[in-house]
Amino acid sequence: MFEDGAIVNELLVERLNYFIYVVLLLIGLHAMISKRNLIKKLIGMSIFQTAIILFYVSIAVKEEATIPIYKAEHDPHGEVHHHPEKGGEEAEAHHGPVALKDEEIKQYANPLPHVLMLTAIVVGVATLGLALALTQRIYQGYGTIEEDELLTKIERADDRASQSPLKSNQSQSPKKAKGSATAKKATASPSRKSGSASQGKSAAKRKPAKRKPGSGGGKKA
Amino acid sequence: MKLLSLVPVVAVGGLLLFAAQDFPEWGDPASPASTSPVSSHFIQSTGVDTEVPNMVTAVLADYRGFDTMFETVVVFIAGMAVLAILKSSGRRKGKREHEVEAEPDLIVTNTVRLIVPVIQIFAFYVLAHGHVSPGGGFQGGVVMGASFILVALAWDLEVALARFSAEKCILVAALGIVLYGGIGFLSMLLGGEFLDYAELEKVLPVSREMARYHAMLGVEIGVGFTVTAIMFALYANLSTEGRLKGGL
Amino acid sequence: MGVDLFNTFILLLLVAAALTALRARDLITASVVFGVYSFLMCLLWAEMGAVDVAFTEATVGAGVSTVVMVATIFNLKRKSSD
Repeated sequence: MFEDGAIVNELLVERLNYFIYVVLLLIGLHAMISKRNLIKKLIGMSIFQTAIILFYVSIAVKEEATIPIYKAEHDPHGEVHHHPEKGGEEAEAHHGPVALKDEEIKQYANPLPHVLMLTAIVVGVATLGLALALTQRIYQGYGTIEEDELLTKIERADDRASQSPLKSNQSQSPKKAKGSATAKKATASPSRKSGSASQGKSAAKRKPAKRKPGSGGGKKA
Repeated sequence: MKLLSLVPVVAVGGLLLFAAQDFPEWGDPASPASTSPVSSHFIQSTGVDTEVPNMVTAVLADYRGFDTMFETVVVFIAGMAVLAILKSSGRRKGKREHEVEAEPDLIVTNTVRLIVPVIQIFAFYVLAHGHVSPGGGFQGGVVMGASFILVALAWDLEVALARFSAEKCILVAALGIVLYGGIGFLSMLLGGEFLDYAELEKVLPVSREMARYHAMLGVEIGVGFTVTAIMFALYANLSTEGRLKGGL
Repeated sequence: MGVDLFNTFILLLLVAAALTALRARDLITASVVFGVYSFLMCLLWAEMGAVDVAFTEATVGAGVSTVVMVATIFNLKRKSSD
């Protein structure tokens, strides 16, 4: 496939614009996968969307064609004034709507991709607004918008929420003592898991006195 | 992780570039997209069928009006979802790290006081002139919503909410969709199909083509209402986390 | 030939803006450069003859989208780790 430089020449010289569209798509995709910050992921998503819209709109271009709005001579409501150089009379030609012929169709850019991409842009901004609202909610719940910190906090919350009150507490109290320090930090930001909050408080109480494991479990139930 | 994520990205890029060799040259008038019969039909008969000079508005509001109606519904749903997500948010403990208490500035407020009426008249112009020049429902609606956001930025969010409260936002947004669907149902009641605007000639004293022209304006007004209300509601909820107090 | 040169120049600026928006450590910088990216897209489409799309992108992308992102970032942390 890569015997000679013909492919590279073709890609980079004749179809350079497609090459750059693909580069933009890859930038957006890589940002969505590998960035840790949630806002950077959203910016990557928007770059991806606008790059696709750019690709579609570039299909609609015709050489030496004008914008897809009727010119004066094809205007359905228009009138064309002819002023002959010599001679007295001025002939005004009113014409109603005319169906265009083939050569005249070539003068206008293709309107169909524009229509589709208008919808795409508006839906893109609606999606972006919704994603930003979700990001704010995540920040309120966990206090961070970095993906790795979020994953550790979610794992710890899952661990705390999934502990059954009937398990033996001696083997688990050193783990809970470690967990209570981070639980205090995590519950500084308002959290809707009231179970985890009481669990954190009861775990903190368990450190000075390793007593009453039953009541701690009973509080959770 | 970052190096590992480069592998699928480069693979996708390679596949796309491999397919890019078959694409037509940029701007080729003989490419399949440019010579397709659908777009040729749209360019040819927009003037005859609807007497609207702007082909994009005609295709958006008339030939593909069903699409545009559901796009408006999508914008509405996004606004409602933002409202629902942020309504039940918790109280913030402590100040933001970069909160600044600022008085409304004299120059900014007086400039905005002069500019906002001009912006709103321009928004109406863009909406109404969308048949002849670039514009239409979406663009006019967004400019109008942006004028309310400008008022909220120059003074306080409460000043903007006093003029366009949150309940009114939801009502206006729903009114836009009802207007759009109402025109469609009216056409259905008069004997045509849903969103077949030509049937409206039975209630309006104009010809069939001009009935489509005027119905397109009505539909664009509906779209403009919804987009205005949702853009302002989006800003108001996102900048205050749903509480509508404080703000940027 | 001049049009091709212009298009290529704007496309290269687009790639530069996209890379800058993603590498900025300050999130407000990233939002503003993202607004620049939207405006460059709008310019490119206006030059290609897609005037309705350019109008919509100018209002929606560079107007509302940037404002809404800055408003959100003011409620979050401004510094990002990557």
